[in-house]
Amino acid sequence: MSMFLETLIGGLLAGTMYSLVAIGFVLIYKASGVFNYAQGSILLFGALTFVSLTGQGVPAPVAIAITIALLVLMAIAIEKLLLRPLTNRSPMTLFMATLGLSYLIEAVAQGIMGSQVRALDLGIDDLPIFVGDIMISQFDLIAAGVALALGIGLSLLFNRTRIGIQLRGVADDTRAALSLGIDINRIWQIVWAVAGVVGLVAGLLWGARQGVQFSLSLVVLKALPVLIIGGFTSIAGAIVGGLVVGAGESLAETYLGPFLGGGITPWFAYALALVFLFIRPAGLFGERQIERV
Amino acid sequence: MKRLLLAALLAGTVFSGATVTRAADVSQYIPLPTYRVGAYASSGELWWAGERDYFRYINEVEGGVEGVKLNYEEFETEWSPDRTVEVYERVKAGKDGSPLAFFFTHGTPATYALLEKAAADKIPLIDPAGGKTETVDGTVFPYAFPLLFSYYSQASTGINYIASKVGGFDKLKGLKIATVYHDSAYGRASQPAIDVLAKKYGFENIQIPVADPGNEQSPQWRQIRETKPDWVFLRTWGVSTVVAIKTAQRFGFPADHIIGDVWAGSESDVIPAGKAAIGYSALAPYPGGTDFDIHKRLKAEILDKGKSDLRDQKLFGAVNYNVGLVNAALAVEALRTGYKHFGARPLNGEEGRWAFEHLTIDDARLKQIGFEGLLQPIKITPTDHEGGGAARIQSWDGEKWVLQTDWIKADHDLLNPLIKEGAAAYAKEHGITPRTPDTETN
Amino acid sequence: MSEIDLRIAAPVNGSAALRAAGLAAGTILILAAPLLASEYWINAIIVPFLILSLAGLGLNLLTGYAGQLSLGAGAFMMVGAYATFSLQLRVPDLPLPLALIVSGLIAASVGLAFGIPSTRIKGFYLIVSTLAAQFFFEWLFLKFPWFYDGNSSATISLPRGLTVFGLNAETPHGRYYLTLGAVALLTLLSFNLVRSQTGRNWMAIRDMDTAAAVIGVPVTRAKLQAFAISSFILGVSGALWAFAYLGSASVQSFGLSRSYQILFIIIIGGLGTIRGAYLGAAFVSLLPLALDWLFQHLFSGHVDAGLLQNIQKGIFGLLIMWFLVKEPEGLARLLGIRLAARRRLFPSSQN
Repeated sequence: MSMFLETLIGGLLAGTMYSLVAIGFVLIYKASGVFNYAQGSILLFGALTFVSLTGQGVPAPVAIAITIALLVLMAIAIEKLLLRPLTNRSPMTLFMATLGLSYLIEAVAQGIMGSQVRALDLGIDDLPIFVGDIMISQFDLIAAGVALALGIGLSLLFNRTRIGIQLRGVADDTRAALSLGIDINRIWQIVWAVAGVVGLVAGLLWGARQGVQFSLSLVVLKALPVLIIGGFTSIAGAIVGGLVVGAGESLAETYLGPFLGGGITPWFAYALALVFLFIRPAGLFGERQIERV
Repeated sequence: MKRLLLAALLAGTVFSGATVTRAADVSQYIPLPTYRVGAYASSGELWWAGERDYFRYINEVEGGVEGVKLNYEEFETEWSPDRTVEVYERVKAGKDGSPLAFFFTHGTPATYALLEKAAADKIPLIDPAGGKTETVDGTVFPYAFPLLFSYYSQASTGINYIASKVGGFDKLKGLKIATVYHDSAYGRASQPAIDVLAKKYGFENIQIPVADPGNEQSPQWRQIRETKPDWVFLRTWGVSTVVAIKTAQRFGFPADHIIGDVWAGSESDVIPAGKAAIGYSALAPYPGGTDFDIHKRLKAEILDKGKSDLRDQKLFGAVNYNVGLVNAALAVEALRTGYKHFGARPLNGEEGRWAFEHLTIDDARLKQIGFEGLLQPIKITPTDHEGGGAARIQSWDGEKWVLQTDWIKADHDLLNPLIKEGAAAYAKEHGITPRTPDTETN
Repeated sequence: MSEIDLRIAAPVNGSAALRAAGLAAGTILILAAPLLASEYWINAIIVPFLILSLAGLGLNLLTGYAGQLSLGAGAFMMVGAYATFSLQLRVPDLPLPLALIVSGLIAASVGLAFGIPSTRIKGFYLIVSTLAAQFFFEWLFLKFPWFYDGNSSATISLPRGLTVFGLNAETPHGRYYLTLGAVALLTLLSFNLVRSQTGRNWMAIRDMDTAAAVIGVPVTRAKLQAFAISSFILGVSGALWAFAYLGSASVQSFGLSRSYQILFIIIIGGLGTIRGAYLGAAFVSLLPLALDWLFQHLFSGHVDAGLLQNIQKGIFGLLIMWFLVKEPEGLARLLGIRLAARRRLFPSSQN
């Protein structure tokens, strides 16, 4: 039983790492209807910039500030040069555009900062903690705390501030928002910038765990099932979706894996997402129909 | 589409007509399929730096190999076997009057993909410490050269090292040895050897797969915690190595009881793991470090003169850089063998095969070329395309790799029947009549 | 842009005689291509270009015509390749062309199975089903040795090489004509298909599926048909990619990046057009080579090689974005090649 509990809890905690990535997607999808494939590259770009700067002897807070500044500039450039000209195109076109964008960002990041794997030490030792028989990862606990804090912070931002309310207006009805004089382009810039910062946080945590390297950009593939399960438009959904995927993967690899030869995690999350799609097409926290007709 | 095809065709004829042969002073063409972008660039970058620095050293300091200059050229593949096949097609006819003497594949999957093509085209595929293990048998695979250290040898050397740590082969009985492997043909390549070793020595063989890319491994290491193995053999690659070492720490498995294979033992694998990697050991057919004679020569002639391909000179002597050096040296010494036999002119594929099959680098020669301690003595024959089969063990002390042992040989008497068997099965399936090298004349 | 002007100026039907002459000249040129091009061009550029065109065509039927977004093109190619391998290995009496057809049918049935979710979920969400196919088959074909006959490299290659009814097709010319034959037949089939009732059903579903259902289009059946036929073509193209181009293949040959590549092909070439697949394939397969060639000649030795490779990758990404921004309907329109058929544009609105 304790083995089961440990697997479950470990999976849930690992799932919050997926949630962190998924939150960035939700923000952008909510505001601009784009499934931003480049979020993974942004994650890589943020983490790589940070470690490159600290590697040059820049103090961490300054490095964070510079990285955020760069991410904001990038958000503005993406909005002006890519999103604005692509307004009202099909979601598929927008998705493809972000694929192209991911190539560009990866090339710039690796071209300028090199492709060497960097160590990133956030000062969190990943030593086991025991609660009774059950082993829990300290690092995952902190990551879970960060994800929760981010989720709450962003919810407050969107529910309490003027910008947040404008954003929700844009998400609910773009035309109505436009006719009310909301500067939709500025909203997009802000949201992409915030998603960039969320990506930086996720990038730092993932980077601390596996080193800052190219494969950081591959975590996007984990985010899609999380979004399907949680819903594309809800931050709470992203968190819960992450938990479901994390726990599901962990339990499946432990209890189902031995019968199938193991190594089933890459497709298991997608299979789980498919099941959810059949049962609850809008996701657990989805707000609307999948597609308007 | 027609217009485009026409344009393509015209361009094709122009290109193919444009290769003009310069009669005199032809250099040996060496194409290098490389990966400087994408997920594997971090190992790649250093590898190419090592190869290019050594080739440059040979060209500029030693005036080429027996007077023949080396003309090397890079092609980006992003480690994709398909793109390596395209590069192979592009270069197999040679360039500027030089035929192709051999083709570096720079990756096991690419070797798998090219195995039959290259055999048909008679171009040796060179993939040191990689490739398909059965191709060690040169009678069935005349054009495949998994030099140095096959995947079976890796398993065997790893077990030999564990035996020396626990106090003898008889102490292996009853031990649990788990292999955490990248779930791919690469990761599984050593399994047949471990099976045989487990039977022979009576240890329990636990195999745990990690799916690509392997950036979340809690279930795997929880299984380790449950089964409590005495040693873990790590057969991962890329990010899965870092995550494995970190996750091991989280689950309380000691790093000094984990032994990585060749491709899990570079700086890129341990630096990101931080303190978790201290004490971690890896098989090193390519030891890291700058204490070898060749490094002094390169430092003086290439690095200090600003000619190195290394972007960050701190990485001089990194494991992957040394991989490049050793591979380049193997190619250079093979070419030298060939030039001495056929005359100092670019070799073709068949001559390249002869050259590799007669490559011998003994201790005296290793001293001369400055590779003593960095490269094991090599003797390739038509029946043995591995020619080495030993590795040293290095441990990470948090700053650098520290060599723990001298060369530890794999148990070839045990492995050879396994290799023969696999090669014979392949020969039967593909209708190949094994060569009888003794009767060949050259 | 002058080409577009020309297109507008030209009479819609053109001169029939001129067209026939052009067609004949084109046919002769295509058939004689192996005699004109070097072995490298056939092996490494023309054959893969043709196969990628075929794959693009297959995906275009599903995505461009029927409007069902798929990121699993690689998976269905994989199924075709592994099925061909198994058939050639285990049913040696079956000639290769028939094995290709049977493999196509196997891929079609797999496509059908993964298409079933499309009857319940729509649009962007469908990529989950297709991605599930992608990852599932990557795992399946690697996990169980039966699929690659247990060899240690987990790669597949035809046990007796490429033989077409006893003829050896292993030469560059053989590969070319085999590929050309398959591509020509399937293009012809697709050409007729999209002009049939089936094709019109697909486009109706793509443009507005509720409306299509209202006017009596059998939506479910038509969607599944699209999945099956698209997967058939993808399956055949996968087998050709593995055996007529690469010679041997592993799951890596059909990974996610292959699926993206095929999707790029139809987006850049033009969604919902037959020739778009060819134009897109030409673009996607020639551009990296052209960039590579250009950079080798312009900058080699002057710029750090790693930087150079990254610049190339960046340019590729930029060009993709530029295309999407500037020419949403792809090369098919940009080049202004226009056949008599009325163009149907991919709906640009968000529904």
